Amino acid sequence: MDFVLSLGIIGGLGLIFGGLLAVAAQKFAVEEDVRVETICDLLPGANCGACGFPGCISFAEKVVSGQVSVDCCIPGGKEVCDNVCEVLGVASVASEGKKVAEVFCIGSEDVAPNKFEYHGVQDCKAAMMFGGGFKACTYGCLGLGTCVHVCPFDAIHMAANGLPVVNDDKCTGCGICVKACPRSIIHIVDKDRVGMVVLCNSKDRGKITREVCEVGCIGCKACLKACPNDAIVVENNLSYIDTDKCNECGECVEVCKRQGIKSISKSKVIAFPT
Amino acid sequence: MDLNLTAIIFVAILANNIVLNQFLGICPYLGVSKRIETSLGMGMAVIFVMTMAAIVTWVIYTVFLVPYDLVYLRTIAFILVIASLVQLVETVLKKINPTLFRALGIYLPLITTNCAILGVALLNVQAGHNIIQTIVYAIAAAIGFTIAMVIMAGIRERLDLADVSSYLRGAAVTLVTAGILSLAFMGFRGIMTL
Repeated sequence: MDFVLSLGIIGGLGLIFGGLLAVAAQKFAVEEDVRVETICDLLPGANCGACGFPGCISFAEKVVSGQVSVDCCIPGGKEVCDNVCEVLGVASVASEGKKVAEVFCIGSEDVAPNKFEYHGVQDCKAAMMFGGGFKACTYGCLGLGTCVHVCPFDAIHMAANGLPVVNDDKCTGCGICVKACPRSIIHIVDKDRVGMVVLCNSKDRGKITREVCEVGCIGCKACLKACPNDAIVVENNLSYIDTDKCNECGECVEVCKRQGIKSISKSKVIAFPT
Repeated sequence: MDLNLTAIIFVAILANNIVLNQFLGICPYLGVSKRIETSLGMGMAVIFVMTMAAIVTWVIYTVFLVPYDLVYLRTIAFILVIASLVQLVETVLKKINPTLFRALGIYLPLITTNCAILGVALLNVQAGHNIIQTIVYAIAAAIGFTIAMVIMAGIRERLDLADVSSYLRGAAVTLVTAGILSLAFMGFRGIMTL
């Protein structure tokens, strides 16, 4: 009797729950669009999050449901956009402009000294925990290569002067390094950039910048006065160049007093640092 | 057993913390505690499932097992119930609330066979809790689990940057940390136990 009862109860429970699951599977079935998977396969698959969604699969879902523009996959660029458009059967809307990362600091070790020796973990974020970083300039690149490590496309490497250099061909403009840099030195710029840009982040007053770095922008406004196109504004002791107005005349480079104008470099540009 | 609810809450969260003092649910405790964000997500999923599982198992126990004198079958019955329940919740959630599903989805299968869930269900019937005490104990135990997870994740995020000796790096130092944390929580036992 006991045997039958236990068999009945447990078996019954199993049956009930099995039935419930079967019903639920039918009733709550979610139809998945096959295009989502197809598109996901076309995407770069780095799950970098540059589109603003968590992972490629989320982006694919949003694209299929029409909630987001097809060209939002920055690393994919034109090619991926064209392919996705083909799957969706719409005309390509790819924008030609490819984006890449640019390091906005030229204060290498020899021109921007350290305020103390650092022997801790070789990582910019860790270094920032000790007195706000070992570099005298509180805006300059620490050069420990956190951006190099986080780059999923192997596009950044450290140059001999201790500053990171971006390989424009490999860089997809995903922006992971931008988020990883504890000093917000890296910005995303147009790949086919034209015009001038100020490769400095220092918002310190000119006097302080002068003390900690030989090449940093001191906000002296010489370039502002020299510019014939009114393309330059000086804000927070830092000069910005509006690339829409800049025609690369080079006047600003001529007048820049900081170590033969390293801080305003030719044909590098854009993206107003915010 | 006559217990007021405040005592149950205190004991379940601190003095008898499910992870640090009873050593249940160690697998997700070490596996999903690399980042605070994921440990919080796991914690929320555990609170949700543990409460549901405790209620359903309590009902099954009282309605089916006790009257027919089949209490010795509780472990297998509870496993059956919890596994189906989690599966059911997953299916329904996917349809009704995709956002919540995406937030909890990856943690739900992990919880299906989690010993903490089964442990709480068993402890509840062992202690002879009524339904109110069962719900309160389950929620409190899950909150205790979440707290342990988040503390561990916070420490591990710091550990990643610490200069740990190469012999201890990785799993070893994590286990040492878990042990010390457990010792710290043992201190709460001096205040009150069940």
